[in-house]
Amino acid sequence: MSSKPAGSAPKDTLLRVMAENAKPDQFPAGLTAEDIKRMYEGMILIRAYDERQKNLQRSGRIGFCVTSTGEEAVQVGTSHALEANDWVYPYYRQYGIMLYRGVPLNVLANHLYGNEGDLAKGRQMPAHYTHRDTHFVSSSSVIGTHLIQAAGTAMAAKYKKDPSVTVTYIGDGGTSSNDFHSAMTFAGVFKPPMVLFIVNNQYAISLPVAKQCGAETLHSKGVGYGVPAIRVDGNDVFAVYQASREAYARARAGEGPTLIELFTYRAGPHSSSDDPTRYRGNEAESWLSEDKDPIARARRYMQSLGIWTEAYENQVWEEARTRINLATSEAEATAEPSWDSLFEDVYAELPPALIRQRDELIEKESGFERQHEGEFPL
Amino acid sequence: MAQMTLLQAINDALKTEMRRDDRVLVFGEDVGVNEGVFRATEGLQKEFGEERAFSTPLTESGIIGAAIGMAVYGLKPVPEIQFSDFIYPAFDQIVSELAKFRYRSGGEFPSPVVVRTPYGGGIRGGLYHSQSPEAYFAHTPGLKVVIPSTPEDAKGLLASAIRGEDPVIFMEPKKIYRSVKGDVPAGDFTVPIGPARVVQEGSDLSIFCYGAMVEPCKMAAEKALEKEGIRCEIIDLRTLYPVDEEAILNSVRKTGRALIVYEAPKTCGYGAEVAALIAERAVEYLEAPVKRIGGFDTPFPYTLEKIYVPDAIRVFLGIKEVMAFE
Repeated sequence: MSSKPAGSAPKDTLLRVMAENAKPDQFPAGLTAEDIKRMYEGMILIRAYDERQKNLQRSGRIGFCVTSTGEEAVQVGTSHALEANDWVYPYYRQYGIMLYRGVPLNVLANHLYGNEGDLAKGRQMPAHYTHRDTHFVSSSSVIGTHLIQAAGTAMAAKYKKDPSVTVTYIGDGGTSSNDFHSAMTFAGVFKPPMVLFIVNNQYAISLPVAKQCGAETLHSKGVGYGVPAIRVDGNDVFAVYQASREAYARARAGEGPTLIELFTYRAGPHSSSDDPTRYRGNEAESWLSEDKDPIARARRYMQSLGIWTEAYENQVWEEARTRINLATSEAEATAEPSWDSLFEDVYAELPPALIRQRDELIEKESGFERQHEGEFPL
Repeated sequence: MAQMTLLQAINDALKTEMRRDDRVLVFGEDVGVNEGVFRATEGLQKEFGEERAFSTPLTESGIIGAAIGMAVYGLKPVPEIQFSDFIYPAFDQIVSELAKFRYRSGGEFPSPVVVRTPYGGGIRGGLYHSQSPEAYFAHTPGLKVVIPSTPEDAKGLLASAIRGEDPVIFMEPKKIYRSVKGDVPAGDFTVPIGPARVVQEGSDLSIFCYGAMVEPCKMAAEKALEKEGIRCEIIDLRTLYPVDEEAILNSVRKTGRALIVYEAPKTCGYGAEVAALIAERAVEYLEAPVKRIGGFDTPFPYTLEKIYVPDAIRVFLGIKEVMAFE
């Protein structure tokens, strides 16, 4: 098996380390038992976080959520190969990278609540995380715009002779966006140290990938831009890791960008506002089966290697749930941002018009509006 | 001090800022070997190399998007959009991304990109080499919008934009790129973003203008004095956001009459904001209705450009009309 990037590949060429029902006898992709356990625990933390998000949203305690059930291997496999200074331009379904890189759970929980502890100061809907310390770049809701920004960051790193790599993610739908094109154009011409991941989870909200793109595979889009591309089993965390590691090494060695299609499945809804049974019935159930679910596959692999026990499994889940529940409880008890914070960060300094608008609002806050709150319902 | 055209002053600002800060990068369509279609980037690639001054593929969205990523990283990119008529493919990057990055990240990711772009009529460019899209950007929180009308301001304001911490849409009146000359201080020189410039003082009527409209306003004011004895005050706004509200209000409080001149289509153009500001905060000083002279609410024409863009005659007639109101 070779993971050498190819210009194009037939549809059945899919880099895979674990067969869907693998029973291996050696560690994959140069990983140690500790690595494998860390990756496994990372995937469980994401799934436990999603479980909690869903419950909070259903019980009305947060307004909205995005989960990534079924796509844990994408996030963990690509993260495990990152260095601390590498840059990440995610879209909304890659917060698992923050979890995996050790960002405190409070940072994520505060964002779900949009409270005063939220790094985005309650300005964005949940799933638009930001974390400067780990170079996890704030995203918008516009699809694809961040891809070309990632190219710019990688160009800047190259100019500064900084060995960091910039990685960015886009869904199958996002490969139709304008800036997938501009990013691939810049990637091909300037050859910056970057890796573009297409997370082909087979649906863009309701549209299946076959109606999104006329090509057989999405990684074939690399050819026309002169960007080496490879297609990987995105539910095989070790294959994702192996392909990522090799692409990052190429980037660090000055050999330019790589496009990696991670073939996976969005087992949950697009967001808490989506009902996927409207467009795909109960199809999702089969993707959470033992032979496809990325966590179950890794678990079976670990069992064969003799590094998994029931007690270990229970302990990992319990610890994940305890930590997450603590963080969300604290976030729920945290106040909302103050009114004057609304005006901060539009500019480095408040311009006169904004100062006046703020002062007028604050005057109202202490006056009529606050005293008569509720008398004028929306 | 050296005599320069507005274009030379812009080139001088770019060189000066690139010499003082190696984080400043200049790029866009044809800005490298060709040194820009207007030659604004003349000599940059020769002096600073392809790493810092280079041509990009033909994707405006790509140019601005990449610039944002560089600024997020910590560089000071100064991308060029060859004509502001071609800025719309980058509109998403400017409005959804550039303008909102600092805000949406709670201040974690400022993205101080300075977008240079020639705008406006005067070069017989027809629909797609003549537009004035400043109002879209002045309407977008997070952006500063700057338009110089003199070589000195062009250099000083561009330097301030590059040294600043906010995104700036720096619009260059290409009609007067080479026709306006003036003294420009050599080397390190800035003009602050924000304050308007009093072109000339007067007591009878205030004219608010910017960019290529300052020249016809000056000519019209001269004629108005000569033929009618009307003393016009001319305010070059220079910065459309954040605009110098006090300069506008103080002038109207003094003269009681206001004329606003701009080349973009009249409806919802920048003049509407100036008129609204006066209506909100100085209406009691007005002795006549505020008048706007703008382009027409049509796309920009090729052959009839001369009647589309406000000129000294239209401004002169506008001055007389506002003065005639009792």
